[in-house]
Amino acid sequence: MQRTKIKVLIIRAGGTNRDFDVYACLKGLGVSARIKRINDTELRSDLLSYHALIFPGGFAYGDYVRAGAILGKKVMSTLWDEILKFRKERRPILGICNGFQVLVEASLLPGTLGKNGVPEAALASNSSGRFECRWVTLKKKQASKCIFTKQLKEIARFPVAHGEGRFIMSDARALEKLEENGQIALVYSAPDGTPANGRYPLNPNGSSLDIAGICDPSGTIFGLMPHPENAFFGYQLPDWSFNRKFPLYGDGYGIFESMIEYIETEVLR
Amino acid sequence: MSALQALDRENRCIEIVNTTLERAHSLCEKLQIGLAKHELAQVREYFQKLRREPTEIEIQTIAQTWSEHCFHKIFKSRIKIGKQKTINGIFRTFIARATEEIAADWVVSAFSDNAGIIKFDSSHWLAAKVETHNHPSAVEPFGGAATGVGGVIRDILGVWARPIANTDVLGFGPPDFPQHQLPPWTKHPTYLMKGVVAGIGNYGNNMGIPTVNGSVYFHDSYVGYALVFCGCIGLLQPRNYSARARPGDLLVVAGARTGRDGLRGVNFASTPLSKETDSLRSAVQIPDPIVEERLMRAILAVAERNLASAITDVGGGGLSSAVCETARRYSCGAEVDLDRIPLREESIIEPWEIWLSESQERMVLVVPKAKVSEAISTFQHEEIDAKVFGKLTESGEIVFNFDGDEIGRLSIDFLFSPPLPTLEVRSRSHSSITTRRKDSKLFATNDGLEADFLCLLASPNISSRESIVRTFDHEVGGRTVLKPFQYPNSGPNDAAVLKPVLSSYKGLAISCGLNPALGEIDPYAMAASSIDEAIRNNVCVGGRRIALLDNFAWGDPLKGENLLDLVEAAQACYDVAKGFSTPFISGKDSMYNVTPLGEITPTLVITAIGIVPNIRKCLSADFKTYGDSIYLVGRTRSELAGSEYARMKHKQQQQQQLWVGEVPRLDVKFAKSLYNTMNKLTDQGFVKACHDISQGGLAVALAEMCFANCLGVDITLPVLRDESNDRILEPFELLFSESNSRFLIEVSAGEESKFESMMGKLPFVKLGSIAGKKIVIRNSLGETIIGLDTVDCYNAWRKELMTVSAS
Repeated sequence: MQRTKIKVLIIRAGGTNRDFDVYACLKGLGVSARIKRINDTELRSDLLSYHALIFPGGFAYGDYVRAGAILGKKVMSTLWDEILKFRKERRPILGICNGFQVLVEASLLPGTLGKNGVPEAALASNSSGRFECRWVTLKKKQASKCIFTKQLKEIARFPVAHGEGRFIMSDARALEKLEENGQIALVYSAPDGTPANGRYPLNPNGSSLDIAGICDPSGTIFGLMPHPENAFFGYQLPDWSFNRKFPLYGDGYGIFESMIEYIETEVLR
Repeated sequence: MSALQALDRENRCIEIVNTTLERAHSLCEKLQIGLAKHELAQVREYFQKLRREPTEIEIQTIAQTWSEHCFHKIFKSRIKIGKQKTINGIFRTFIARATEEIAADWVVSAFSDNAGIIKFDSSHWLAAKVETHNHPSAVEPFGGAATGVGGVIRDILGVWARPIANTDVLGFGPPDFPQHQLPPWTKHPTYLMKGVVAGIGNYGNNMGIPTVNGSVYFHDSYVGYALVFCGCIGLLQPRNYSARARPGDLLVVAGARTGRDGLRGVNFASTPLSKETDSLRSAVQIPDPIVEERLMRAILAVAERNLASAITDVGGGGLSSAVCETARRYSCGAEVDLDRIPLREESIIEPWEIWLSESQERMVLVVPKAKVSEAISTFQHEEIDAKVFGKLTESGEIVFNFDGDEIGRLSIDFLFSPPLPTLEVRSRSHSSITTRRKDSKLFATNDGLEADFLCLLASPNISSRESIVRTFDHEVGGRTVLKPFQYPNSGPNDAAVLKPVLSSYKGLAISCGLNPALGEIDPYAMAASSIDEAIRNNVCVGGRRIALLDNFAWGDPLKGENLLDLVEAAQACYDVAKGFSTPFISGKDSMYNVTPLGEITPTLVITAIGIVPNIRKCLSADFKTYGDSIYLVGRTRSELAGSEYARMKHKQQQQQQLWVGEVPRLDVKFAKSLYNTMNKLTDQGFVKACHDISQGGLAVALAEMCFANCLGVDITLPVLRDESNDRILEPFELLFSESNSRFLIEVSAGEESKFESMMGKLPFVKLGSIAGKKIVIRNSLGETIIGLDTVDCYNAWRKELMTVSAS
């Protein structure tokens, strides 16, 4: 199967700004990618011609109200039926940073209660009270059903760049449920993989259970705060200059490669 | 007679011809029209010939165009110094002449566009611009800083380039300045810093443009004030660059709607701040990065399709400046219908206010008639308002219409010929030089060097900038190859390296240099050192073929010796840029940086843009491997005047004099040959780290190299002779002197002889090697004078400038 036949749609709104970064990764993997605006008239009718959907990082609609809130509601009001079909057919949906916030606001994540339309979690302001741009270490949760982390290394390094990334839920029970369901895909950790246990800056935002990324109960919808697209090429790594050479790819490669292999084996079967 | 009576409401005329010059001038003052008396005389003459009074919009347009902010009168005027010397304009004599004489074939456009343009590779150019936004940031730090970033991004869009990186150099009063010493209407440095940092982060992060380089500098003279230098670098394809407007082409305004914010900001920016500062908040514009983000996409699409014949940013001076300067550049006239400008609110807004408003996120495009509908629909696709509001004409006049009536008409030639009287200053008297360079008895000793060292590491101008810089996204765009901090422990790097083109490993290095503490001692040395620092920072990471941008921030140029200082600094710009063959491609001067507490120290910020032929070879500043050798490269002299060490000592001893000893000199010829050799060395595998020696001298540079990987060093200070006075340097001088053109480098163990032979006759000395977990510095007798755990030094250095608010 030729990879160019795999079609990935990147959805943006005013204020989305990492769409090109994601586009560059997908091009690097040889698949066809398109960037479209949420307000493009043909978006709704075209949506189901794509194999995967990505909501990239940025500040959609300025993150006014709450991060991701306006675009999240826009997705629900304009694309909802198509999105539900997308989910039902187990086609992958990825939200990175602001995209994660959008998926939470659109109630697609964590989706534990299965109630459409009501956000079950929030990405609150960082506990440091400020925007944080830094490289973090992430530990992959083995028990996770997430299809996006299959090819990811056990311990991976991505940068974060956000002001609102503290994952919280209403109570401890909800978080436990998340864990039981295998929905916690990535957690912040120390460089050796031991838990961050909320320690700043290992856990850069104060997230509950050090959560960096979660998937829905089926594993095909995934949202994460760190940026795999900025850890995709070897030259983007923060310490390549220490080794005086860089590998072709960084750890972010694993996320996109997992998605594509999943599409090849499951969606295009 | 009140101002309102004089303003003829029917004809919107202002009576200046049919009255005395005195009265006309006081009327202008009442109406806040910023024209000096001799300028007003020339306006009167012009309208006398026309046998009429000027209309409101005419006189406002003239005042805007002739403001210092827009016309840069100080940089253009003839200056007579004493009886002998005459300078035919600072800009022409020093800045532009350096660029002309260097005549680099890779400079595409210098000083003529919204931004300077240089070649990158066969199919790409780079654009660069650095703006100052000091006045607005001092009044309203968040809005002032954010609109500064927004404005410089539009300058890059104004040459059809995609913005790929931001730089920010900030200046504030000391963060520990006692609150009770501030006059009541003055804002505390920490308040200003928090606002400015938030504003910069907000705009850059929202736009998705990484902030990759900059500096934060604290100086007593900045108390009550904020210096904000916002820079932006862009990438463009030559085929998208369009500058060929012709009469008949239509004028299109695109972007945000026009409101009353930022009215007369240029006149505001050309006068000293005063007690009434807070009432000037309306002169500060309101930022909306999300509109600019869409505007950026639309403009890049217009560029890609070649739909326009020219473009310019709407910044200081509003539409007035944008349209008049476009008409002048293309030797055209223009006709504008101001009622067609989309307004933000329906509230009463006068035509001249529409014309002069500095509302943000707007651009003016010149579009050939045949392409106008496609251009407008390109904007609409991004949900951006775009509207035709006039056209270029052959007349040589700017004609203003409102609701079908002509409300004014001015000759473009007249508009761009303000009177530039020769500025006369007395040459510097001998006594003033000696007071300035007072050489008090040496206060320093070699006792307590360890404590001095720790104190320096924690001082505001040297300590870690992490708490500020990490609030700026430096990763977005995925092009950042060498980051502001080195992983894992966030040691500092000297310059940012970007990989702008996806399919190529060619990179660009962005660095900056400034040395404001020297400004009040010796402006020539200040400027020369700033340029050298910017260039050597660039050389550290492997940058070469360097272009420079200059940003002057000065006090009242007509007071005291400020103008002489300016001339000397500009002379240094010429000498040093010429010597290095590093042309200036863009610049901006900001005058009247005066606060209720006095004038700022003469400040020059230099931004350097270099090329890195292969990013795989670029160097980070962190020490890497145990056993490797550490070399000091360059000449060290006893040059402590204006140094961080001297300032710290003065503060500790509460001395009045702010300097002692010699200022750092610069031997450009020597530095150039050293930097060429450094370029060759960094391309070799055996040089593994390189760091510039600047604030805090050798000791601080050494510590900074240890931090990223938490390594230790064991070095012995060499016996070095200061050639200028043939004296053996004391340990404190070796450790803390801030002599220019020096580096610390790490050379692979076993490769020392290769390194030494490549250095040839250039001065270098081996200091020691990377070892253990302690920073050990010995004197030439082998006695330990500093022996501290790297971790302890690191903790001192990481003292936060902006504290974390929670947990």
